[in-house]
Amino acid sequence: MMTVAVTAISSSSLSYSPLLLHSQGPNRRLLQCERNEKRRLATKVAGSGVITAGFELKPPPYPLDALEPHMSRETLDYHWGKHHRTYVENLNKQIVGTDLDTLSLEEVVLLSYNRGNMLPAFNNAAQAWNHEFFWESIQPGGGGKPTGELLRLIERDFGSFEEFLERFKSAAASNFGSGWTWLAYKANRLEVANAVNPLPTEEDKKLVIVKTPNAVNPLVWDYSPLLTIDTWEHAYYLDFENRRAEYINTFMEKLVSWETVNTRLEAAMVRATQREQEGTDTEEEANPDDEEPEVYLDSDIDVSEVD
Amino acid sequence: MAIRCVASRKTLAGLKETSSRLIGFRGIQTFTLPDLPYDYGALEPAISGEIMQIHHQKHHQTYVTNYNNALEQLDQAVSKGDASAVVKLQSAIKFNGGGHVNHLIFWKNLAPVKEGGGEPPKGSLGSAIDTHFGSLEGLVKKMSAEGAAVQGSGWVWLGLDKELKKLVVDTTANQDPLVTKGGSLVPLVGIDVWEHAYYLQYKNVRPEYLKNVWKVINWKYASEIYEKECN
Repeated sequence: MMTVAVTAISSSSLSYSPLLLHSQGPNRRLLQCERNEKRRLATKVAGSGVITAGFELKPPPYPLDALEPHMSRETLDYHWGKHHRTYVENLNKQIVGTDLDTLSLEEVVLLSYNRGNMLPAFNNAAQAWNHEFFWESIQPGGGGKPTGELLRLIERDFGSFEEFLERFKSAAASNFGSGWTWLAYKANRLEVANAVNPLPTEEDKKLVIVKTPNAVNPLVWDYSPLLTIDTWEHAYYLDFENRRAEYINTFMEKLVSWETVNTRLEAAMVRATQREQEGTDTEEEANPDDEEPEVYLDSDIDVSEVD
Repeated sequence: MAIRCVASRKTLAGLKETSSRLIGFRGIQTFTLPDLPYDYGALEPAISGEIMQIHHQKHHQTYVTNYNNALEQLDQAVSKGDASAVVKLQSAIKFNGGGHVNHLIFWKNLAPVKEGGGEPPKGSLGSAIDTHFGSLEGLVKKMSAEGAAVQGSGWVWLGLDKELKKLVVDTTANQDPLVTKGGSLVPLVGIDVWEHAYYLQYKNVRPEYLKNVWKVINWKYASEIYEKECN
């Protein structure tokens, strides 16, 4: 049993109280990053001979200008080269020498989420994870339609690909402020308070569209993210100014990598089956008084930023 | 004898910010985007003309348009007694109404240098700042730090708690107006830290924007509000 003592600082006030966090360790649930590829370690030897370890800024799987004209080189230079880089560097500074320092990025995200009462490392950790996931969600020559099992599930859970597209784009356009919109695979979770489904059937494993604010991602509710679009203004402002809807259209028509989404879905389905077979209930410690996470499912509110 | 004035729902004081028109029998008041009292380029080099134009003509205009739409829908829902619809509209009203309210204050919080932008506050506000924060520099440092620390989108404020009669620095998320942090809080200075407020010029370096924006802060307006509330 690993215990992590951290100070919790709420973002809206400067008061804080020491918080003892009991973690069940990395075996508590099967993590989505490969077990033997826990993290990419960069070991640096500081001047004094002390070895420090940290997360690396992984480059996108294509050259920085490869997404032109749909996402400019300039955007990649800033979005990856500055924003994403800063999250990684600041995370490393934040966790060096602490108990979080030995964990994979996903583990840091899950622990620091702390059931919604986020610890200081969450913002940087989650944003580092989200951005890596984002670059891999798109590709040069992307767009088009999904095929195979992915298409079948989309048609099953949304009616048609066009209907899915409509809802995904609408969710991304109406996610007010900074945040992300996700397609995720949800297995054996109820809608309410992320409880485990007591009577799971095949129908309960489904695709969902989720909007999250700021750095939050669906890992924290034990969903398997398949695709994401970054709707922080920095993601589109240099190329589209305030025209978020146009950015979203371009993203879906020219950038999204359905191949990657498909690979992720296959892994997610395997994971869900394995978990059923293991019969692990990961919610023994579920606290029914948990705060509801702020997740918007399928909202069609008209908001600003949409032309 | 000429008819001097005609009863009208437009008031002179509110003319710049609002226009009203009758909708149905109830006649709800809707809003228009006011012009800025300075040219788009007049705040350079602190804030570029390009940003000012998009910020005003696109972002603020969109808040106004969507706020009006939400109000019309709300009016209909209220008339019909459709409670579900009324509740469903609340977030659109908060987002867009808040956006309109906040930006109205923001444009007044800014002024070109040659019209007093950046000049330190005098009078009672100046003294109050010294009392509560040690000095203007102390206040600026605090507000800049808090503004830089806002995660995602939001605002950093200098407000007056009119019940406790003291100045406060606070932040709000997204387009929440300062009053959502306390019913007695009156906004004196608000600085927009949404990325759209600075990205084209300062890119990811929000602290640099916060360092420079003080050069065009209109302390005269803040002083007016402060004196009005304190008397």
